[in-house]
Amino acid sequence: MSERQHPLAALTRTRILEFVREPEALFWTFAFPILMALVLGFAFRDRPPDPVPVGVVSGPVSKEITDALAAAGTVKPTGFATLADGLEALRTGKIALLVEQTGSLTYHCDATRPDARIARLEADGAIQRARGRLDPSPARESLVHDKGSRYIDFLLPGILGLNLMGTGIWGIGFSIVNARLKKTLKLLAATPMRKSDYLLAQMLSRFVFLVVEVGVILAFGVAAFHVPIRGSLGLLGLVTVLGALSFAGIGLLTCARARTLEAANGLMNLVMVPMWLLSGVFFSSERFPKSAQPLIQALPLTALNNALRAVMLEGRGLPAIGNELAVIVVWGLVSFSLALKIFRWQ
Amino acid sequence: MAPAISCHGLKKHYGDVKAVDGLDLEVSAGECFGMLGPNGAGKTTTIEILEGLTSPDAGEVTILGRRWGSHERELRERLGISLQETRLTEKLTVYETLGLFRSFYVRGRDPERLMADLSLEEKRDARVGKLSGGQRQRLAVACALAGDPEILFLDEPTTGLDPQSRLQLWERIAAYKAAGRTVLLTTHYMDEAERLCDRVAVVDHGKIIAQGSPAELIAGLRAPHIIEFSTEPAVSDELLAKIPGIGERRQRDGRWFLAAPSLAQAVPALLSALDGAGAKLVSLSTHRATLEDVFIALTGRELRNE
Repeated sequence: MSERQHPLAALTRTRILEFVREPEALFWTFAFPILMALVLGFAFRDRPPDPVPVGVVSGPVSKEITDALAAAGTVKPTGFATLADGLEALRTGKIALLVEQTGSLTYHCDATRPDARIARLEADGAIQRARGRLDPSPARESLVHDKGSRYIDFLLPGILGLNLMGTGIWGIGFSIVNARLKKTLKLLAATPMRKSDYLLAQMLSRFVFLVVEVGVILAFGVAAFHVPIRGSLGLLGLVTVLGALSFAGIGLLTCARARTLEAANGLMNLVMVPMWLLSGVFFSSERFPKSAQPLIQALPLTALNNALRAVMLEGRGLPAIGNELAVIVVWGLVSFSLALKIFRWQ
Repeated sequence: MAPAISCHGLKKHYGDVKAVDGLDLEVSAGECFGMLGPNGAGKTTTIEILEGLTSPDAGEVTILGRRWGSHERELRERLGISLQETRLTEKLTVYETLGLFRSFYVRGRDPERLMADLSLEEKRDARVGKLSGGQRQRLAVACALAGDPEILFLDEPTTGLDPQSRLQLWERIAAYKAAGRTVLLTTHYMDEAERLCDRVAVVDHGKIIAQGSPAELIAGLRAPHIIEFSTEPAVSDELLAKIPGIGERRQRDGRWFLAAPSLAQAVPALLSALDGAGAKLVSLSTHRATLEDVFIALTGRELRNE
């Protein structure tokens, strides 16, 4: 004789099993954050920019010029037998600058290209110094490279927030509309199951996915970019859990009545796209006009991103992010209760 | 004792379509009641109104003396419902699915016992997505039985199943009924209704056009035998009308269907009339009248070709 499970536990377990037994869903939950992190990794490699390719036309002093450029290290010289070959390479963008000296020293370049201007400055400096130029006031470089103030540090909490929103709304939306299409919802509605249990189970099952998503993104950010986590891990956990639950509630509401996957998809995009743009994922939401700020600050993703950044980058404590957490919780509670009211079971 | 299920003046319109158009029904406790009719007759809409899943435009529904509006939770605990073409979650195993449904009911049957009852033990750990049509349908019925219900609602329980699976399900439904429980089912299979149901309501265009035990309905034809024949050349209706001992006549696809109270009287008379008219018999067969014939007699249409 087996024990009767608690319906909420049984429903949550069902949702988790459904998810982990869906290889594709599982793959994307793991793969998406990793792919995103890899792309970021390429974009924000922690090393100086590549040397700019520069062409040198073969001539009486081309060897000397090439040596001077190579010694400087900031540009990468390539030899060309004729001027025509070099100009061809310049036109097709294989080099940013072409150096030619038959009589006088000539730089061929497109001045509207930023890398051409950099190449010209670097190449000219290298050649002139090699030929004996003395700088009247030699300068020393002091490189600023402060962890916590780089773009990647700003971006990573945003990606985390974006991911919590995306998986919450998509994950829940599609599973619900699918269950509605297959009449599974109708069958459940024909049992004494509490309707709130079903919706709550959808939200609770998010915890499992949360550990994966947040864990992968954070671990990658810390390991690959040394993104700081200055606040407490417990508080960071609380923020992500509340954020995930809130977006799960919003996902439930978004798909509370949709009858087709197409309709659900449209609704989910309608909900998410404005937040992708407005909520400070890729750039600060402060850049939008002041008049729009009250609206933008009231968006759940803005609140989540701000709270994540405050904890991770500024090391703030609970009192400092109280407002943000309140916004997140209110969105979640209102969405959940509204979803429960208007939910379509068939 | 109050009837297990009763409804009066039930109406449900979808735009211009009168899915249910003034339907009255009463099912006693311990009875197996079948709603018989072609697709689109309004059976599913009716059973879903009775199940409290669809609200009627007009009419009253009482289940176990309770109404849906005021006692939904109590009723849900006491009813078992299997929908038409339900697709259970494919990723769960049979055992997990039954455990889930069992969890919804305060009192109910153990999943192990349900699997035994519906011969699903071998499939205990198989995913629902891997089950055959018959196994899925048995699982759907097992889910409906998870709360040990007083009334079992089955909407076309054996549609699309192979004969062996149908037989297995019939046995389970009969066993459930034998325990004194009430069953309401819809079907468009005559043999299913005749085999399982104590009483049958023939539904067409959202109304009940006849009601009674299968035997009563067939007896209502006043001609328990059907003679089916074809000739070369074809014979006219006038000729057949003169033959004594023949009731209702129908013609379809070049074959005649004659209702006859007594074969011993009708067949020789028919043969001699055909002989006299110079028509050569191509085929001749007889069968006892079935609910199919009742339906044809009532509507002039066949059940299955809708």
